[in-house]
Amino acid sequence: MPIKLPIYMDYNATTPCDPRVFEAMSPYFVEKFGNAASRSHRFGWEAEEAVEKGRKQIADLMGASPKDIVFTSGATESDNLAIKGVAYKYHDKGDHIVTVVTEHKAVLDSCKALQKEGFRVTYLPVDSDGLISPDDVEKALTDKTILVSVMLANNEIGVIQPVSEIGRICRERCVLFHTDATQAAGKMPFDVNESNVDLVSVTAHKMYGPKGIGALYVRRKEPSVALVPIIDGGGHERGMRSGTLNVTGIVGLGAAAEMAKQELTDEPARLLRLREKLTDGLMRRLADIQINGHPTLRVAGNLNVAFAGAEGESLIMGIPDIALSSGAACTSASIEPSYVLKAIGRSDTLAHSSLRFGLGRFSTDEEVEYAIDRVSETVNNLRELSSASEIADLMYTTSSDI
Amino acid sequence: MKVYLDNSATTPVAPEVIEAMLPYFGDEMGNAQSVHSFGQRAKAALESARRQVAKLIGASATETVFLSGGTEADNLAIRGTAEAHREWGRHIITTQIEHPAVLATCEALEREGFRVTYLPVSGRGRIDIGDVRAALREDTILISIMQANNEIGTVQPIREVAEVVAEARQAGAKHLHLHSDAVQSVGKIPVNVSELGVDLLSVSAHKIHGPKGIGCLYVRKGIRLGKLLYGGHHERDRRPGTENIPAIVGFGRAAQMACEQLEDRARSTEKLRDYLERHITERVEGVRINGDPSNRVPNISNLSFEGVDGESLLIALDLKGIAVSTGSACASGSLEPSHVLKALGLPREVIRGSLRFSLSAFNTQPEIDFAISTLVETLARLQEMSAEG
Repeated sequence: MPIKLPIYMDYNATTPCDPRVFEAMSPYFVEKFGNAASRSHRFGWEAEEAVEKGRKQIADLMGASPKDIVFTSGATESDNLAIKGVAYKYHDKGDHIVTVVTEHKAVLDSCKALQKEGFRVTYLPVDSDGLISPDDVEKALTDKTILVSVMLANNEIGVIQPVSEIGRICRERCVLFHTDATQAAGKMPFDVNESNVDLVSVTAHKMYGPKGIGALYVRRKEPSVALVPIIDGGGHERGMRSGTLNVTGIVGLGAAAEMAKQELTDEPARLLRLREKLTDGLMRRLADIQINGHPTLRVAGNLNVAFAGAEGESLIMGIPDIALSSGAACTSASIEPSYVLKAIGRSDTLAHSSLRFGLGRFSTDEEVEYAIDRVSETVNNLRELSSASEIADLMYTTSSDI
Repeated sequence: MKVYLDNSATTPVAPEVIEAMLPYFGDEMGNAQSVHSFGQRAKAALESARRQVAKLIGASATETVFLSGGTEADNLAIRGTAEAHREWGRHIITTQIEHPAVLATCEALEREGFRVTYLPVSGRGRIDIGDVRAALREDTILISIMQANNEIGTVQPIREVAEVVAEARQAGAKHLHLHSDAVQSVGKIPVNVSELGVDLLSVSAHKIHGPKGIGCLYVRKGIRLGKLLYGGHHERDRRPGTENIPAIVGFGRAAQMACEQLEDRARSTEKLRDYLERHITERVEGVRINGDPSNRVPNISNLSFEGVDGESLLIALDLKGIAVSTGSACASGSLEPSHVLKALGLPREVIRGSLRFSLSAFNTQPEIDFAISTLVETLARLQEMSAEG
């Protein structure tokens, strides 16, 4: 089968809306366009019904009760609402938050904003695989700790944190636990009760749903979590998030969640096979490459590789027919080396020489083979500009050496 | 026949808007922050839509901030101003008839130590410029007044308020800002930020046949604003989060159509609205028009029916396929009488018998005729029932 260029291999940045998802959404643009808060006519009731169906679908994906779901505009808002919402609500109980250096900017920047207001934040380090240790979390807890926020899977290196264990510790210590599951929801099995989480951020556009819609799971029982809203108004979503509900978006999120849940049986295995093929292919064709992040404890579709001696931006420019990322999309316009790669000990140079491959539902064997060829060629071409010894040096220089 | 007359709650998406959005749900799905070609095309679509939305309100493209809708726009305008200028003053002026997004945000700020003056309105829902002037204090940092009310459609004299603000600034009130919630006026009457003299203006797509979940806050160049959300430098560092490209593209197309068809739409909607109002008032006794007929958006008619329970009327009309409401959708689940109608000084029983008819350019003459005859019949039946009962 001939492959269609350009190839999209950046599924961690965003995914296309699955045609089946769009199909589910489409009646809600025109025929069933009501405002879900309109209680006086069937346009409103139809919309409300659709919202409640979407709520159940996204809840089912994570074993939650639909009543515990608050719709938001996306993961950034969910993260902000979880962190600031808890901080303001429980300020009288404590002022300390524990998180991780490799979290998404939405978590880190929310924490920094709170620090300016007098909250204290512990940023836990990660090991060279990108993982944190539950012991570190436990040690960081104080009697003033009100929230722990640890992402389920990292957006750059895909590593999966030991969330269940952390959840157990938090539960024992009566500290609320938030996880940003943006990169993991629908990609791996996840259950809010098994993981002992109290708050979970998810977004539709990373799981073949539309952009502009996300959800925050907010546990209502044992413990019952309260939040101070960020967006005030008509009191929608149990008063936690006001604003006309994005019905089409919610229908899309719901459909995407249901589909992702069904595909959990086969799709992760298929993606894992593709990723291994990609890894093996690159390893076979290129010397001196390193995988960023734990080799196996990561979401199936993510691979992040450091190509010593080949600068990342030049690599991306050199492969215009494959859409790859040199780091998080949110910061990819910046020339700063990835803080995630630096946190696992990569030097600035090596961080700059790294590419993120994001495989997804529409990725094929042919695309992976094409990527292996093109990336290997381009890396080799760029490396010809530097000598082999320099490459080896670069590879074994870590940020701690500088 | 199904007749939708609740367009102030939300509107159907225009077919042209859907067509414009379609590619961005499929192949053109890039993240606008990505460097690769998918990202670049998403970015180009984003900026093109930004120009379309900016043009609709007479702003420059760099003065627009895309966000999730009118409620977030109001929150960002008010909270953002409060946070960035709190060291200069903690007083806000607004009106009693604002949208809950404005009122609830002001109330939340009151709990944090801000003082808020809620201006009264006349029996027709207009503010008095003298009241604005009188309410101004040395520590006033924000005046937030909606351009058109969502329940009664009354249009406020924003330009005159801007003059008061300009005078106060000349007298030294450097930190005074003017915000207007234009969610119900954009696309209905001409809205031009420089002519209005506002610093901040809220717009929502789904009220102008665009998609839900997307809106815009106009932020005049140079305005210092705090943030609601953190996590990236999107939207000129004013609003983080992956840009909702399909919705933004849809918003842009809806804005372009609203801009090009503004006069036509206003004229045809007003004609139908006036026709509806005339025929109802002629054929039904004891109908009161709420709001200000001489200062009103062309699509809203708020009517009180004497001796009628609005809720029963709504249900009866819905059974016949006619969708109207008692007021704002946000409050329609509550049993509280409308805060807007209360502010007009209407007695409880009049408020109880009030309905809002809100039209759009998509409504047709046969629909309106059907609505009138159905309403007249239904009222007669309800009155019979209550006479019998």
